[in-house]
Amino acid sequence: MVIFFETWARIEYSSTFLFNKFNLQSILIFASAPLILGLGQTLVIISGGIDLSVGFVMGFGAVILASIIKFILPEYPFYAFILGIILTIIICSIPGLINGILITSLNVPPFIGTLGMYGIARGLAYIFADGMTVPVNNDYLFYVGTGKIYGIPIVVLIAAIFVVIFHFTLSQTKFGQNTYAIGGNKDAAIRAGINYKRHTIFIYIISASCACLAGFIYTSRFSAGAAQAGETMLLDSIAAVFIGGASFYGGSGKILGTLVGALVIAVIQFGLVFVDMDPFWQYLAVGMVIIIAVLIDQSKSHLSSRAS
Amino acid sequence: MSQCILEVNTISKRFGGVKALDRVSIKLNEGEVLALAGDNGAGKSTLIKIISGVYTSDEGEISFNGRKILNNNPNYSRNLGIETIYQDLALADNLDVPSNIFLGREPIKKSLKFLHRLDRNFMYEQSVDVLESLKIEIPKSSLTQPVASLSGGQRQAIAISRAIYWNAKILIMDEPTAALGVPEQRKVLELIDTLKKSSIGIIFISHNLNDIFSASDSICVLRQGKKVCEKMISQTNKDEIVSYMVRGEA
Repeated sequence: MVIFFETWARIEYSSTFLFNKFNLQSILIFASAPLILGLGQTLVIISGGIDLSVGFVMGFGAVILASIIKFILPEYPFYAFILGIILTIIICSIPGLINGILITSLNVPPFIGTLGMYGIARGLAYIFADGMTVPVNNDYLFYVGTGKIYGIPIVVLIAAIFVVIFHFTLSQTKFGQNTYAIGGNKDAAIRAGINYKRHTIFIYIISASCACLAGFIYTSRFSAGAAQAGETMLLDSIAAVFIGGASFYGGSGKILGTLVGALVIAVIQFGLVFVDMDPFWQYLAVGMVIIIAVLIDQSKSHLSSRAS
Repeated sequence: MSQCILEVNTISKRFGGVKALDRVSIKLNEGEVLALAGDNGAGKSTLIKIISGVYTSDEGEISFNGRKILNNNPNYSRNLGIETIYQDLALADNLDVPSNIFLGREPIKKSLKFLHRLDRNFMYEQSVDVLESLKIEIPKSSLTQPVASLSGGQRQAIAISRAIYWNAKILIMDEPTAALGVPEQRKVLELIDTLKKSSIGIIFISHNLNDIFSASDSICVLRQGKKVCEKMISQTNKDEIVSYMVRGEA
């Protein structure tokens, strides 16, 4: 993909696509919010569920954060900033908690339960924002959104730190191991003494918190909270997980896969803009990549099941 | 004389109007293999579910190692050392062999004082040990593959080694040979023999009289919730057992 755009850029504009600091940075910034949504989504999908609510929980988070910073303590920007983050995380974990309870205790299928939450979060976000974007003017927020440390945008650093944390948790800890076990065989996990309900509820809370973090990044980048902040990112984040090799039926998937998936999507979207294609081609290209990724995955598992 | 580790005394269980078990008693000694036989609906599954704590009985009592036990939850019985292997084996197919043996009870090591990591080396070594001690042959390269890629017999063996690793004193097996090919069935029967020598008590349900006669020491036949026969294998034959299963008498 990268090679494709690189060649195209060289031929068409005799300039480089990838080895251009500005492009590289833009791609990473562009990828960070969907990637963070994808991190939580990876856990959910590995455990055998799916979380459709993250897109609008993200928008909800963005609106809440912007409103809190704007209206509470406007004369103390630092305290407003901190308070905004804390309150937003707490408020945004509630949809996750409800998702988890619906799915584990009330046996609602994840697709339907989180679809309901998608609608609820969407409605609440628009109601809170009164149908508008909520502009916010806070130096600290602005710094996070546009600042750099050693030349690396802070937004990208935040995403990178969470990638490392999630990768470690999933591949090295008991929590991660139990997540795979629940996705692989829920009944076996329960019989083996894994607390399925608590674990699953926690995973949905993590997913909602990731959405909240993505909302924070959105608000800081654009200095405004918008209900539709994550509308297009929902499917991108799910796509990133599947491009990264996760199974729809749960039990497999990797954080590094999701990272690659999110970057692939960002490169496609950014690359098509760069070579001056009609932006609508993005959707088509991303759609094709998803199907190709799943086909590759299918043929791999087909081969391995035949080998046994 | 080996010691009696499990004694089930006049257990009854009703499901609505149906009497699934009617004053059934069985005894199991250390190192004994007891076969439970009977037609479908005879009460075999209900009986093992009561022993493993999934159901509670309406009357009667169970003693384990001479002590009466309040058997009302599967974790309690498992902590005592009563492990049940159901037909579905309860393996997570997407995980490898060590992960399945340690499923839900993963060992943790601390690195840098605050990072609690899975101790994968320990899991791997212990798994190799327990498989070796039970003479189960699984190539080392397959140990780190998802168990979905293993054969039915190997999967059965892994479920059994998990129970043994966690100190099972009594192993209850529900049709362990039902879904296997003939060579694999033989392997499982050999494994039962190995377990017997390490003085583990085994109760196994089977429809296959050949398996019962080649692996077990004694047999108990249930019919319509009642025990109709309890004999040493050496003192009976297949025709007699079939007639007990079908007619309830010899």
